[in-house]
Amino acid sequence: MQSHALDIQALKRDKVPAANPAGPVETSLRMENLNLFYNQNAQALFDINLEIPKQRVTAFIGPSGCGKSSLLRCINRMNDLVDGCRVQGRLLLDNEDVYDRRVDVAALRRRVGMVFQKPNPFPKSIYENVAYGLRIQGINKKRVLDEVVEKSLRAAALWDEVKDRLHESALGMSGGQQQRLVIARTIAVEPEVLLLDEPASALDPISTLKIEELIYELKSRYTIVIVTHNMQQAARVSDMTAFMYMGKLIEYDDTDTLFTNPEQKQTEDYITGRYG
Amino acid sequence: MNKMINEQDLHNERAPAVGAWIRSGDPLIWLNGAAVSVSVIAVVGLLLLLAVRGLSHFWPSDVLSVSVTYQGQTRELLGEVVEQVEVPGAQLREAGFELQGPGPFYQRTLLKQGNRDFLGTDFTWLIDEQFGERRYPLDLLVVERLEWGNFYGYLRAVSRFGAEPVTVADHGEAAALEALQALIVDTVAVRREIHRIEQGDIGAINYELERLRLRERELELEGRLDASAQADLASQRAEQEALFRALQEQLYVLYDSIKDHSYSAELADGRVVTLPIAKVVRAYQPNAMNVFAKMQMYVERLWEFLSEPPREANTEGGVFPAMFGTVLMVILMSIIVTPFGVVAAVYLREYASQGFVTRTIRVAVNNLAGVPSIVYGVFGLGFFVYFVGGELDQLFFPASLPRPTFGTPGLMWASLTLALLTLPVVIVATEEGLARIPSAVREGSLALGATRAETLWRVVLPMASPAMMTGLILAVARAAGEVAPLMLVGVVKLAPTLPLDGNYPYLHLDQKFMHLGFHIYDVGFQSPNVEAARPLVYATALLLVLIIALLNLAAVSLRNRLRERYKSLEH
Repeated sequence: MQSHALDIQALKRDKVPAANPAGPVETSLRMENLNLFYNQNAQALFDINLEIPKQRVTAFIGPSGCGKSSLLRCINRMNDLVDGCRVQGRLLLDNEDVYDRRVDVAALRRRVGMVFQKPNPFPKSIYENVAYGLRIQGINKKRVLDEVVEKSLRAAALWDEVKDRLHESALGMSGGQQQRLVIARTIAVEPEVLLLDEPASALDPISTLKIEELIYELKSRYTIVIVTHNMQQAARVSDMTAFMYMGKLIEYDDTDTLFTNPEQKQTEDYITGRYG
Repeated sequence: MNKMINEQDLHNERAPAVGAWIRSGDPLIWLNGAAVSVSVIAVVGLLLLLAVRGLSHFWPSDVLSVSVTYQGQTRELLGEVVEQVEVPGAQLREAGFELQGPGPFYQRTLLKQGNRDFLGTDFTWLIDEQFGERRYPLDLLVVERLEWGNFYGYLRAVSRFGAEPVTVADHGEAAALEALQALIVDTVAVRREIHRIEQGDIGAINYELERLRLRERELELEGRLDASAQADLASQRAEQEALFRALQEQLYVLYDSIKDHSYSAELADGRVVTLPIAKVVRAYQPNAMNVFAKMQMYVERLWEFLSEPPREANTEGGVFPAMFGTVLMVILMSIIVTPFGVVAAVYLREYASQGFVTRTIRVAVNNLAGVPSIVYGVFGLGFFVYFVGGELDQLFFPASLPRPTFGTPGLMWASLTLALLTLPVVIVATEEGLARIPSAVREGSLALGATRAETLWRVVLPMASPAMMTGLILAVARAAGEVAPLMLVGVVKLAPTLPLDGNYPYLHLDQKFMHLGFHIYDVGFQSPNVEAARPLVYATALLLVLIIALLNLAAVSLRNRLRERYKSLEH
């Protein structure tokens, strides 16, 4: 058993200073008594109440199977794809219920972008990968696409590496590059919220570092929600942290507070590596 | 732990080395290797057999001249040795032959003596011990003819119509042969022109006249056939008939120009016969030809096989219409089956909820692949031809009734029937391809705001295209080799015209067509002249195999290119 004990002081020293301007923090996402059922009997989430601030990084941590990915996938209704999946309660994005009958799921997903655990570029060229979301929206003007592709790749810190081979297959890139390409592809459609589902878990340390730097860059423009297994990562990149266990939200607080001075015994046990 | 090891040791002591050998896995490897070897040897052997038996037919072999003495009577024979076998003497004696030799076995020879118009049979079995001296006379002439098969004999004279005959006795053999070849070249050119006029120009006029007849009938049915329309039709008809008469005039002249050229030749038995040059395809002296001349003739005859229509109840000439029909039908079948199969597979895999009904449908589809093909043929005949075709005729071709247009077997129904036959293969292959696409890629597309249909169209289907090609390859391989259902829904022994020609609408889906598979059956088993047809069966079979291989290679290379493009996303 590997110990997850953290040197909290060291983490605090390493942590990059918050870039967000001080001021009132708006709420981007609000969950009210959210319950998720995968079929009649299997309940995955229990009464989640959570407010996720705008243009901040919020991390979900917790042991495997605690429901953090399920919660993330509720936000852009990815769970709709699972047969027999049912959601109770409310999930508000800018005060609109995501699960309202009138919501256009495709439009919602354009507002809430998602990056998955394993890089999943399409078997197309790098350019076409980034342009995909725009083409779906019917934007096919070359001038517009060129501009957006460059802007997105620059925003994902990938432009300098790939600008000479935009029309080569995306499958020829390294895993870290692919993951940044997926991020570029996601921000090309200008979402408001960015959901990152363990974005660095399949990557090597250097690529992980690049992704973390990228998250830090992006949070001035997007509300970012990240699910991670890696507590150091949560401590490094996030402003707010939610600890989940067995489908329940145990504690939700400012990252510094949660890691240094957790209120709940369970949280403390987890972050000091006593279980999980 | 220790105890177990000891037991193992004991066991080993008792068991002979065979046990260890079996456990080592070597026998399995040998077994697999043997299975693969047997398959490869079977395939290569089959191809070799087809190639040797089929391709040797086109080689201009030497012609034997021999006298056969039996019961005191001697007759002279000419011909090509086709086959030699050893048979037991007892068998021959039982058949009523008197044998001189001592041996228990006797050599028999199958001689292709040709000259069916004079001798009755063009193949004859002879017992070698009755042979006199075998000779291969250099001046022996072989004439390939449009009718009555090959002619074997000695050239005596050649006469161009209206001119003095060039005789071997007076002018020498070389001069006579030269005159013969020159006349053959002329007549072949004239025949080609005749064919062009008959098939092309007159075909077009007939087509036009038929169209006018249908137009008249149509107007009559609609009750609009008034005087002006009748006059109009009559004038058009008169125009076509005038054209026809002019062409007919031309044909008379052409026919006339070649019909009286003739050549005289002496048969093996000394009779001298005179034959028309108009019916000659080519003439040559195989015994006087060297290897290169023979090779040239070989290539010429092979090309004739590939490019000409058959003659003489399919026992001579080429197989071009059959080849053309096979390829055209397979292409039409592919065009029909691919979209249907893909759409069905997409529904089953992407949209249908994976419950009991879907599983049942899947099982049913798989079972369809095992239904005997003749059942599809019967279904095609009953449903497509009689029901759908009959309805189509009622709706769109009332003018030509009671003669059916689509209500009779034809190219379209054959293609549709085969498409139905191969549908399960395409569905199963496409479904497997769809199942193999990682869900991460679909989710990636959906997460960007694409709908399911957009995801399907832009990401999933392109990635599944190699699998679709695999399905198509299997479908083509099955369809091209299928014969039984085709006999019911459109293939005929001899189709006078190709289903693709210069007359509007160019592709005649209602026409009957020829097919290599059926051609093999027809030539091999329905032919009046089995011996003459046999080499063609081998050659046709080889050709069919090659065509299927070629179609498959094309599809495989296309698939490999797609695969390269959509290399899977496994990391």
